[in-house]
Amino acid sequence: MTTIQSILEKSGYVITDGAMGTVLFSSGLDQGDPPELWNVDYPDRVAAVHQAYYDAGAQVMLTNTFGGNRYRLMLHNAQDRVAEVNQAAAAILREVVSKNDNQAVVAGDIGPSGQVLTPYGELSFQEAKEGFAQQAEALISAGVDVIWIETMSDLEEVRAAVEGARQVSADIPVVTTMTFDTHGHTMMGVSPEQALETLTPLRPLALGGNCGNGPEEIIEVIQKMHAVDPDMTLVAKANAGIPELVKGRPVYRASPATMADYAVKSYQAGARIIGACCGSTPDHVKAISQALAAHTQR
Amino acid sequence: MNDEIDISQLETAEILELIQDDLYDGLADEVVVSVKELLNRDMTPYDVLTQGLVAGMAVVGNDFRDGILFVPEVLMAAKAMKAGMEILRPLLVETGAPQVGSMVIGTVKGDIHDIGKNLVAMMMEGAGFNVINLGINTDADAFIDAIREHNVDILGMSALLTTTMPYMQVVIDALKDQGLREQIIVLVGGAPLNEAFAEEIGADAYCRDAAVAVETAKKLIAIKRGQLT
Repeated sequence: MTTIQSILEKSGYVITDGAMGTVLFSSGLDQGDPPELWNVDYPDRVAAVHQAYYDAGAQVMLTNTFGGNRYRLMLHNAQDRVAEVNQAAAAILREVVSKNDNQAVVAGDIGPSGQVLTPYGELSFQEAKEGFAQQAEALISAGVDVIWIETMSDLEEVRAAVEGARQVSADIPVVTTMTFDTHGHTMMGVSPEQALETLTPLRPLALGGNCGNGPEEIIEVIQKMHAVDPDMTLVAKANAGIPELVKGRPVYRASPATMADYAVKSYQAGARIIGACCGSTPDHVKAISQALAAHTQR
Repeated sequence: MNDEIDISQLETAEILELIQDDLYDGLADEVVVSVKELLNRDMTPYDVLTQGLVAGMAVVGNDFRDGILFVPEVLMAAKAMKAGMEILRPLLVETGAPQVGSMVIGTVKGDIHDIGKNLVAMMMEGAGFNVINLGINTDADAFIDAIREHNVDILGMSALLTTTMPYMQVVIDALKDQGLREQIIVLVGGAPLNEAFAEEIGADAYCRDAAVAVETAKKLIAIKRGQLT
């Protein structure tokens, strides 16, 4: 079986996929509509995105379930469909991977609740944990290899998600990344060093940064984390720059070449699991994959 | 509450400073005690608001803008400020105190993100503005109805998605159609936005964060009222 560890042992680094939403919008997803419902409504289109990332060189791919927790789905009156959309998403990705000789890892994507936890907001830790456990249950029952918790800004919410996943499966590997987009911290004021120190005891398989204000920001995050613990497996999954609006449509300016450059710099900074986030396409991942192959063969 | 300090023994200026410190530390009960003490000393509700709460939240806003404070501290400060405002609000109405300004705010249609927008709403309240928060997924009709009903100075629109930010243009066009555009200040914000976008859609300003929103709102209101040119 292909695992993140087995790929790391073989080649020393792992390529992940890029944006799902960005690509689905160009396949006709309407603005504001939740991409997760397409797992049920248009599974072929979701599968096509996974296949394109696989063809581009992605070795770890994330299910189309970023907003698949009950709190996010509630905003679309789909809170009763957590099991359905998450199981469908895992099945779609599992099938794509099976068709390709199981040469990639199926990661069950869990994003933030979209709410602020107590005491600053209204959502209790226990409620958050239950919501994440429910999503993890659906993903794990449908056979994901790893739970991938991303775009987090609050350490307590990460803990709620990790504990929720472990409640379902004590030995499921967990990867967790936060978004350091506010003065070098997360929105909730967490520094990269603090994230590393607080999350390490939760025994993640890997941790790091994703999303945010483009590639440069994440390289700095990786440098800081690597300085604290050179042994931790670090993840970099940057956005393809900051979007600009051109004639009413968002355009991400970072070219595949820019993202290839970012990938090598992230690797040099200490990241070993490297991919992309919002605004990226299979072309970006292909450039990242080729650049890292060339760099590590030197 | 801190039993060490007997605020009845403090000078009024010291209590005003204490309010600022307690707001900074998010201590709601302490802020309430100080507000009541100042009112007992016959300070006008308006002065308590501006010299105590608004001045204190300005410090919080500046440190948030500069990356010294983050969202959790600002949320706690805003809660403390709200506790003080609950005492002051009826008294301000009763005494006919001057209004700092008023705002309708919402996350635009199709977008369900409200953490940043709520932060702006709280900081605006902290600056003494009357804020009507329409929540998420707000369409042009809802914005326009609220603007008409409350006759506000400012419209604030938020979007976190690149796919929903273009809707701001739809709202601004609707304001023009309804003949409301000239009378209202339009502020926009949200992670994917920038100044060029605000200009392109014909908003009055892009606000990078909640602190900038407050500063911009104050400045544009002063210009509108002819206090600045």
